[in-house]
Amino acid sequence: MSFQPVKFYQTGTFTVGNRLLPPEQRSVQSQEKRYNSINSGHRACQGCGEALGARYAIDAAMEATNGRLICANATGCLEVFSTPYPETSWQMPWIHSVFGNTAAVATGIAAALKVKRQQGERRNIRVVAQGGDGGTTDIGFGCLSGMFERNDDVLYICYDNGGYMNTGIQRSSATPPAARTATTMAVGPEPGNVFGQGKFLPAIAMAHEIPYVATATVADLRDLEAKVRRAMEFQGARYIHILVPCPLGWGTASHDTIRIARLAKETGVFPVFEAEHGEVKSVLAIRRQLPVEEYLRPQKRYAHLFGKTPQVEVIARLQALADRNIRKYGLLEGN
Amino acid sequence: MDKPFAITLDPGSSLANKTGSWRTFRPVYVDRLPPCNAACPAGENIQAWLFHAESGDYEKAWRSLTENNPLPAIMGRVCYHPCQGGCNRQFVDSSVGINAVERFLGDEALKRGWAFEKPAKSSGKRVLVVGAGPSGLSAAYHLARLGHTVEIHEAGPLAGGMMRFGIPKYRLPRDVIEAEVQRILDLGVKLKPNTKIANIADAMKAGKFDAAFLAVGAHIGKRAFIPAADATRIVDAVSVLRSMEGEEKPMLGRRVVVYGGGNTALDVARTAKRMGAEEAIIVYRRTREKAPAHDSEIEEALQEGIMVKWLSTIKQADEGEITIEKMALDDSGFPQPTGEFEKLAADSVVLALGQDVDLGLLEGVPGLEVKDGVVQVGPNMMTGHEGVFAGGDMVPSERTVTVAVGHGKKAARHIDAWLAGETYAPPPKHEVATFDKLNTWYYSEAPHQVRPVLDIIRRQSTFEEVVQGLDEGNAQFEARRCLSCGNCFECDNCYGVCPDNAVIKLGPGKRFQFNFDYCKGCGVCATECPCGAIKMVPEET
Ligand SMILES: Cc1cc2nc3c(=O)[nH]c(=O)nc-3n(C[C@H](O)[C@H](O)[C@H](O)COP(=O)(O)OP(=O)(O)OC[C@H]3O[C@@H](n4cnc5c(N)ncnc54)[C@H](O)[C@@H]3O)c2cc1C
Ligand SMILES: Cc1ncc(C[n+]2csc(CCOP(=O)(O)OP(=O)(O)O)c2C)c(N)n1
Ligand code: SF4
Ligand code: SF4
Ligand code: SF4
Ligand SMILES: [Mg+2]
Repeated sequence: MSFQPVKFYQTGTFTVGNRLLPPEQRSVQSQEKRYNSINSGHRACQGCGEALGARYAIDAAMEATNGRLICANATGCLEVFSTPYPETSWQMPWIHSVFGNTAAVATGIAAALKVKRQQGERRNIRVVAQGGDGGTTDIGFGCLSGMFERNDDVLYICYDNGGYMNTGIQRSSATPPAARTATTMAVGPEPGNVFGQGKFLPAIAMAHEIPYVATATVADLRDLEAKVRRAMEFQGARYIHILVPCPLGWGTASHDTIRIARLAKETGVFPVFEAEHGEVKSVLAIRRQLPVEEYLRPQKRYAHLFGKTPQVEVIARLQALADRNIRKYGLLEGN
Repeated sequence: MDKPFAITLDPGSSLANKTGSWRTFRPVYVDRLPPCNAACPAGENIQAWLFHAESGDYEKAWRSLTENNPLPAIMGRVCYHPCQGGCNRQFVDSSVGINAVERFLGDEALKRGWAFEKPAKSSGKRVLVVGAGPSGLSAAYHLARLGHTVEIHEAGPLAGGMMRFGIPKYRLPRDVIEAEVQRILDLGVKLKPNTKIANIADAMKAGKFDAAFLAVGAHIGKRAFIPAADATRIVDAVSVLRSMEGEEKPMLGRRVVVYGGGNTALDVARTAKRMGAEEAIIVYRRTREKAPAHDSEIEEALQEGIMVKWLSTIKQADEGEITIEKMALDDSGFPQPTGEFEKLAADSVVLALGQDVDLGLLEGVPGLEVKDGVVQVGPNMMTGHEGVFAGGDMVPSERTVTVAVGHGKKAARHIDAWLAGETYAPPPKHEVATFDKLNTWYYSEAPHQVRPVLDIIRRQSTFEEVVQGLDEGNAQFEARRCLSCGNCFECDNCYGVCPDNAVIKLGPGKRFQFNFDYCKGCGVCATECPCGAIKMVPEET
């Protein structure tokens, strides 16, 4: 586990705060005066997982760096809904890059800061880059791999909502199999996204043997905050991949965003772990295992699996993928 | 205008964009009624006092508890805890041990000498309370706190009613009764022992009382016709238990048969065993499942070696021996005789068949209505006679200490209003926080803490208390098992999970507020509130 959970105290570390815990053991998000790096008034959909995930992550990074942080942000929902010029929700130094080059922009900022330090800058200012799964796993992948390979001092955060949501829900290489998108319609003999394609970027990041790689979801705040804090303890390239449900793209109720993320973790669909220098160091174990159906059924992007004749074979294939995650990462161990 | 190159507009904050206009539903903080509170006959606000116990503020917890019930150390021992039957945690693992925590708080108060706050001013009104059982004590306490002058007239030598002269010591030590009664008297309540009221109207006139609360209980043991030889000892349970409190302990012999299936039967059988009876046998005409006694008490009795003849009636009692007949349940679950007989050795037969009310003091009082042997009262606990209220075992009720205490409180509120020429309107009840309103994901795994029990040898030979208390460590642990159903416990979830920062944290103890300028009405906060303290309601169009 990425942090020492509090075992009891009514809700332990499952809730955002806990009045029974000493203040220093509480989360960043529970603070009365938290950073709110991304402020109210943004135009994200109701219940947007990405807006929430970004505040969780960036606030934690701000806390870890004492507010000395610069952010580069790829084109995508997060950028569009937060910053329709001249308004912005960001309460921190923030730069909009183009769609595919955020990693490179962040590398440049890190390089500039290095020069400034050589010229006498005493403050330790750090760099974070962030983008959606399309901007990260597809178009920005070259820049990102280069940033990893050079071990530039940047924390890259990918908000994975499984598609190009900002332009109307097209498939990305992070779209899960069988999911319906605008470009993988629920028609034909194999409706939805195909099996056997796409990529799991955390594993690719680990293959670069960079100091730190982690996955997280918006359903486990304490785990997410601990990972950002841990990432900030390293110099060099770091990567955090956060699963952020998209009510519009996934066809879920706006109030179910966190519940769906929790189901992704509890079914094994999305493995939550952290790795250092290419090796897995800890996993967030499944607490109450559930069949993948529980995760799939509330999402309209999988509605074609639950029609008049339920697609049991397809569901079984998705279950097999989850089971493989559980085996591979040992998700049932240690709980 | 000095703007950097290529900049034409000032950078502004998104706060200018009031996304609250998107909303079709709005979140509202509510206080739903926890099912434990809803089930408590004394109307305790259990969730509220557990909240303070959770943080270790036991005095605040006790003060909150005693707003409704002045006898937590007693209640924490003898209450049948219907609250736990309603507790939502039973659907997670097992109910919160509310009763055990209540006892811990009650004992803690006695240990630390916490006293009740005296009323700020006196109303100048005098109220007579007849009977110092739980109902009379509860009424006296609440009336005194409301500023009235209260006198309790009690027929017996000591206060407590059936708690002292019925419930045995091994379940309720007498020093606990003494201490909790004394604390009520310290409020200024006057107790007159050995003062049996013969006629209520005369007593009120003589003492210039403005109102009266009657709580004389039900003390006359019911008889059953059993053909018996002269030499057979047939006694009633209430008298046996009462004489346990006096100098002359009852003589029951080596083999005692108890007739009945309620808690009184169990108490008397367990008492007989402790008095040295070799055999204590309960004879009851129906089955264990149908017995009115609480299962936990049947279990405790069986552990102590009490024997039970289920589905049996006593046909005849002879010297040293009785004849019982086997019964069988018919289709409607009613016991029917089978014609099959059995003989049992018995030196005495104790009848535990329920009690009737002695209504002597009400003779000649106009307007009173008595039905099925109990006095009828209205929803305000007033009898048919203006100014005379009644509660506890003497009115239609389940006949428990808890119901008696609840009646006392309810009556006190109505008496208070009646004395002022008003009517008391209880605040409207909130919607119940049913289990489906909770998000139990957030609660830690936490096994129920069991109270230690005295070893079996001492349970069979002494009157030491059987069930012991929790210590601070496990009492607090148990309190923290509470899910806080329907009432915010400041977990910060709503504050944390809002994607729009539309929840304002007001600080410790002050809860939260929605910022409707930006709340889009997504409902995440309501779904992720562990305890169901947020409700989504349609926005007015
Ligand atoms: C053996 C036994 C065990 C029980 N165990 C439990 C238990 O574990 N838990 C539980 O919740 N309930 C239990 N009960 C029931 C519970 O004791 C009663 O429901 C409760 O005590 C009723 O309270 P009360 O105030 O109405 O009457 P009582 O407790 O009966 O008190 C009435 C008082 O009025 C006095 N009085 C009567 N007539 C007059 C008069 N004319 N003038 C002045 N004073 C008078 C009496 O002396 C007595 O002190 C038990 C009952 C018995 C018999
Ligand atoms: C080079 C380029 N191609 C296409 C686009 C159009 N475009 C803007 S955002 C976006 C999709 C973003 O998807 P993702 O990175 O997953 O972020 P999301 O919106 O899902 O958060 C696309 C295709 C662009 N801005 N630039
Ligand atoms: S969990 Fe707590 S508030 Fe809920 S019913 Fe049980 S004791 Fe009452
Ligand atoms: S989570 Fe925020 S935006 Fe959504 S309903 Fe609650 S307060 Fe409003
Ligand atoms: S989520 Fe927590 S803090 Fe918010 S209302 Fe519910 S209990 Fe209170
Ligand atoms: Mg995306």
